[in-house]
Amino acid sequence: MFESIKEFASEFFVTGDPLIYGADVGIALTMIAIVFVLTYFKRWGWLWREWLTSVDHKKIGIMYIIASLLMLFRGGVDALLMRTQLVMPDVEFLNPEHYNQIFTTHGVIMILFMAMPLMFGLFNIVIPLQIGARDVAYPFLNSLSFWLFFWGAMLFNVSFVIGGSPDAGWLAYPPLSELSHSPGVGQDFYIWGIQISGIGSLMTGINFIVTILKMRAPGMKLMQMPMFTWSTLSSCITIIFAFPILTVTLALLFLDRYLGAHFFTLDGGGNPMMYINLIWMWGHPEVYIVVLPAFGIFSEIVATFSRKKLFGYKSMVFALMSISFFSFFTWAHHFFTMGSGANVNAFFAITTMIIAIPTGVKVFNWLFTMFRGRISFKSPMLWTMGFIPCFVIGGMTGVLLSVAPADFQFHNSYFLIAHFHQVLIGGVAFGYFAGLYYWWPKMFGFKLNEKLGKWAFWLWNIGFYVCFMPQYFLGLDGMTRRVSTYGWDMGWGPLNMVSTIGGFLMGIGFLFQVWQIAHSIKFMERDTTGDPWNGRTLEWSIPSPAPVYNFATLPQVTAQDEWWEEKQRREQGHKPAPQPPLEPIHMPRNSGIPFIKSLCWFIAGFGFVFDWLWMAIPGLAGVAICMLVRSFTYNTDYYIPVDEVKRTEAALRGSV
Amino acid sequence: MEAAHADAGGHSAAGGSHDEHEDHESLKTFGFWIFLITDCILFGTLFATYIVLRGNTNGGPTAEELFQMPGIIASTFILLTSSFTSGLAVLAMNRGSVKGLIGWLIVTALLGASFITLEITEFVHMVQAENATIGTSAFLSAFYTLVGTHGLHVSLGLVWMIGLMIQLSRHGITTVTKRKVNVISLYWHFLDVVWIFVFTIVYMMGVM
Ligand code: HEM
Ligand SMILES: [Cu+2]
Repeated sequence: MFESIKEFASEFFVTGDPLIYGADVGIALTMIAIVFVLTYFKRWGWLWREWLTSVDHKKIGIMYIIASLLMLFRGGVDALLMRTQLVMPDVEFLNPEHYNQIFTTHGVIMILFMAMPLMFGLFNIVIPLQIGARDVAYPFLNSLSFWLFFWGAMLFNVSFVIGGSPDAGWLAYPPLSELSHSPGVGQDFYIWGIQISGIGSLMTGINFIVTILKMRAPGMKLMQMPMFTWSTLSSCITIIFAFPILTVTLALLFLDRYLGAHFFTLDGGGNPMMYINLIWMWGHPEVYIVVLPAFGIFSEIVATFSRKKLFGYKSMVFALMSISFFSFFTWAHHFFTMGSGANVNAFFAITTMIIAIPTGVKVFNWLFTMFRGRISFKSPMLWTMGFIPCFVIGGMTGVLLSVAPADFQFHNSYFLIAHFHQVLIGGVAFGYFAGLYYWWPKMFGFKLNEKLGKWAFWLWNIGFYVCFMPQYFLGLDGMTRRVSTYGWDMGWGPLNMVSTIGGFLMGIGFLFQVWQIAHSIKFMERDTTGDPWNGRTLEWSIPSPAPVYNFATLPQVTAQDEWWEEKQRREQGHKPAPQPPLEPIHMPRNSGIPFIKSLCWFIAGFGFVFDWLWMAIPGLAGVAICMLVRSFTYNTDYYIPVDEVKRTEAALRGSV
Repeated sequence: MEAAHADAGGHSAAGGSHDEHEDHESLKTFGFWIFLITDCILFGTLFATYIVLRGNTNGGPTAEELFQMPGIIASTFILLTSSFTSGLAVLAMNRGSVKGLIGWLIVTALLGASFITLEITEFVHMVQAENATIGTSAFLSAFYTLVGTHGLHVSLGLVWMIGLMIQLSRHGITTVTKRKVNVISLYWHFLDVVWIFVFTIVYMMGVM
């Protein structure tokens, strides 16, 4: 009896590695701390009522952002572990197996559980406010999307201590990801973690498309929408076309592993190359999904901090839309070397290069907006200025990679690693940081400390170049990706050393950001104006943080940059247009179903990972019950009476 | 229902509330259309895998050996008819007849259930008599997955339809239930269209 328990435990819990014991202790301590704090301050009810069941898009946005910053920490630790290994190739700090697990989890976490939720967080905070809406189209679904992401991410993360992490790379190519090569549970964690959160992403895409198309304030024409709204729309359109492909691909891989199907196996007539095609038909658009909103953020920030209208609005819109369209026709550039033939390669090389054109247009538009503007170098603007050179270099190396014959040299080398981190860190991470700094006062009612922010900015930026520039040369020197060790005689040691120093500089930059947030929570002054940057779009016309209902009366839009125009009119002595009388405001009720239903998905996923039907079936049944309960609930909304709106507005605007 | 709602919220006769509800309902229908686009892509991907793997029978049974057209044609007719009766349900609803509406929904659900029964019988027959399982060959993996996903959609639609009939008998025809009926009939027609592709690409092209 005791023996069998011991045997089970030794398979269930990952053991034998000091890093994992460390993680175990860390997780246990954090859990105890959370439970203790919540109990001590009697905050369980508050947590449930105000956050876990909330359908307020602003709160959901904040939860997305917190979760994604935690994931940035985890992904960053993974990155530094790998970089540490690479400066001492003859020491087994991470053994090859462990190294495989870490680059796999690092890639998945950074893209799916860091970049995506950070982006959704910003959508949630900003979009309804920017288009003058009271909410998103489907508040309940919005909360469900968040919790699906959350529990999906948790499922993926527990693999580190329970059962074992996936190790077949962030895109899990077969046959590595098939049962024949990955018999453990790691790959199943991968499948279910991503599947559950991916369904959430798909629903977010639908939600925001409808929100943007149908919920704009009266008078706002499509061609008057703020650029971040446009970029969100293009990103969401890409999501709804790309994510179903991911859903199917993962489901097929699951069937292969679970029921012995032969979609991608080497035997039984399966076709591994089909997996590679399918996963990149999602994977390539995916990188545009995360980068397009960053473009939108830069456009907002450049205009605000240059005190000028965005240059080339129409061409910006056109560029966004054509990038999301073309992103679907470039996927094969990820496997030029896999024998598709010269014509196929030529087609995909050309479509890839075409994308550089609209991207170039955007860069020039940002530069022209800055030209002759009165630029103020606040942190959002700094990150934007840091992004431009970084992205230009990254874009150029991307065009080099898209030259199919040359790719036979670059393929899977550190040249590629340097390129995609340059666009992902320079474009996506810097972009979302800029957005976070920019909209932070709107979320919390105070700005973040500028001085600490400057430290963080410079550490990240210098660290970035120190880390990734050497990797281009390592790649040209023949160092391939995904190696945990190499001989000193290769001469790669010094450059790897430099690169690792750069990685740690970025790590310190992140610590500065944490300090900056903590410091600012304590010491920053409240922003009482609601418009600390002298903004141009509607979100700055209401108090910060915004009341639950956002707008007491819906704004009437007559121009692009409506709030800026309104301020101009007021300066010229025009009285603000008379406000219509207040009316009771229709709002959705909180609901616990999204949380519970997603938790049931987590349970079902966990059951499938371990092949425990006794756990998977009740989990799925829970999901079904939650759906039925929701369908039978008719009392889903309420009205905020006029008096309460009046009181809230007076309290929020009183100090102006 | 509507009125009770507005009263509970303390909303007076000022109007507004009814329009707002109609707005919300049409918003949901619009979202459902977008959901259908994503479902189209999902099926599109499955069709693509089927077409790629169709010939990879790995020495196992082939399409000609497996498919029994008379049964398939029968189930096709059943599904097409159910699409038609779901249309009749909507017509009854627009006439304001709860009885007609629920009646036609019952007919639709029964037809859907027979379709599923036929499908399951077909699968069981294939597994037992022909030894053709999902693990036999890539062709069969793709076949069971594509056809099974359609079947799963139909089954979910059935559960949903039954839930909706209970709601209809409780609340009658309101803005909310009206939207729900419209949406499910949209879904049902969609499944019908997908089936036509299954019929042509899988079965017809399989035996020809
Ligand atoms: C913050 C500093 C970062 C450092 C120091 C870093 C470092 C690394 C390292 C050492 C690898 C493994 C290379 C190999 O041996 O194959 C890697 C892979 C990867 N990184 Fe990062 N990374 C960072 C940030 C990011 C970010 C922000 C993203 C995405 C938004 C990202 C996405 C990826 C992906 C997708 C892979 C490929 C994983 C695979 O091969 O399966 N990284 N990174
Ligand atoms: Cu690509």
